[in-house]
Amino acid sequence: MASVEDLQKKIKELEQALEEEKQKNRQGAVRQKISEMSSEVVDSNPYSRLMALKRMGIVDNYEKIRDYTVAVVGVGGVGSVTAEMLTRCGIGKLLLFDYDKVELANMNRLFYQPHQAGLSKVEAAERTLKEINPDVIFETYNYNITTMDNFNHFMKRITEGGLTEGKPVDLVLSCVDNFEARMTINTACNEVGQTWIESGVSENAVSGHIQFVIPGETACFACAPPLVVATKTDEKTLKREGVCAASLPTTMAVVAGFLVQNTLKYLLEFGDVTHYLGYNALQDFFPTMSMKPNENCDDTYCCKQQKLYKEREAKKPKVVKEEPKEEEVIHEDNPFEIELVSETSVEESQASEGQVPELTEGLRVAYSVPAPEQGDLGNNVVETDSTSLDELMKQMKSL
Amino acid sequence: MVDEATKRSLAQIPLLKTKAGPRDGEIWVGRLKEEYQSLIKYVQNNKEADNDWFRLESNKEGTRWFGKCWYIHELLKYEFDVEFDIPVTYPTTAPEIALPELDGKTAKMYRGGKICMTDHFKPLWARNVPKFGIAHAMALGLGPWLAVEIPDLIEKGIVTHKDNTAGAGE
Ligand SMILES: [Zn+2]
Repeated sequence: MASVEDLQKKIKELEQALEEEKQKNRQGAVRQKISEMSSEVVDSNPYSRLMALKRMGIVDNYEKIRDYTVAVVGVGGVGSVTAEMLTRCGIGKLLLFDYDKVELANMNRLFYQPHQAGLSKVEAAERTLKEINPDVIFETYNYNITTMDNFNHFMKRITEGGLTEGKPVDLVLSCVDNFEARMTINTACNEVGQTWIESGVSENAVSGHIQFVIPGETACFACAPPLVVATKTDEKTLKREGVCAASLPTTMAVVAGFLVQNTLKYLLEFGDVTHYLGYNALQDFFPTMSMKPNENCDDTYCCKQQKLYKEREAKKPKVVKEEPKEEEVIHEDNPFEIELVSETSVEESQASEGQVPELTEGLRVAYSVPAPEQGDLGNNVVETDSTSLDELMKQMKSL
Repeated sequence: MVDEATKRSLAQIPLLKTKAGPRDGEIWVGRLKEEYQSLIKYVQNNKEADNDWFRLESNKEGTRWFGKCWYIHELLKYEFDVEFDIPVTYPTTAPEIALPELDGKTAKMYRGGKICMTDHFKPLWARNVPKFGIAHAMALGLGPWLAVEIPDLIEKGIVTHKDNTAGAGE
């Protein structure tokens, strides 16, 4: 049993600890809104180091960043860091989309904190980001963009959610972690002609990429099978026993850095925006390339955008300039370095493997897709009959 | 690769003809009919082969699917709810089949209880657009997943038999 004296001493200690905590909170004064970006170098100006980019001649007009709206789709390991970077850079408006919740299993990545577990990612992100920079306007949506209802709403916000309501956003950043969501973003952006940047980290966490897509002008996500940054691990020995995916905060932060760097270059018009930039973390190799769209792209809106782009280009006055050598996605004359050993002709092998884009060293396609078959599918095909959908639904239920 | 039994049952599932997704209006209704025809045939095949293992139904738009799947282990039947949405990019991308009640119980799942497909699934699906439908996704995706994961989950005691579910001989 502790004496009264001991207890009084204990209370004193606790009171002091409490006072210290209170003091800390008072010190953490809330950052007030700033109406205009200033270049003044004082310790209270959060934009001084960014505005210095102007003085150094890197960026002509840094404060223009406030006029731009970026949509970040997926605020997980890559997207949350991306959103934080843009917030700290003073972006005008951010739209955040994600249907997931913060979990303790995410704590190997940056940004989210254990006390946020259970909150929706977009809500947790908005709270933190607003505290970092209250000048940024936020719009958050806690839903899955791949389903019908949400997709329509998503498209509407991309086309109308700009800084001035009714105007489109300036750029969409894909920070999702799966093929379905990427294709969904691709579908939406092709349809409305929205420029976007795709990003990704491999499931084994040791490679990543970004891909800049201007519908009609550069290859879209459906123009070719997904690209893989080849690391010198034998893919066949990749063990997936017991897990779906691994992740490293390092790889994700590198990819987020690439993504936002190119976002800034695109929006503020400095440097060159890379069309495809890969990251092989095992060998520290960074393949880059440009890709033209596939004329036979599976996405009909991609083909429409290609036509529109050509029309726009034709109208432009001819300027004589050195065209940078771009590699075609589809290379018909010399397909993908196949050694012709047997009697298989180039045409035959191409038909069985499908068209494969010509890629720079260090990249390959995840898989190839055969050229579409003409007509005959064989015997085992559903028969076209007059049974109504209701009838079929009933049949299915009664099985 | 895909095992022989899966290959055989896969070959017997009728292929689909219409390339249409839920945003395609009337053509989607046509595709939906094909989905049902293909699924009905697959379930009938399973019954004949004494390997009946799931039931599915959808909302009237055919965008949301739900039902049950079951797995027999040591003569006991383990049953799970199945659900998935048809993504707007279907059939270019496959549906992401989920078993919500197993969410968080195995690492072979993504959030929301979506099952982790093997490395072979995506290339195989991509090569067979639009011929593969929901029945193929079940046969190639969920079937093999249950066969590998459920015995493991039972062994680890994570999945236990519910007494109110009927046994194998039902
Ligand atoms: Zn395309």
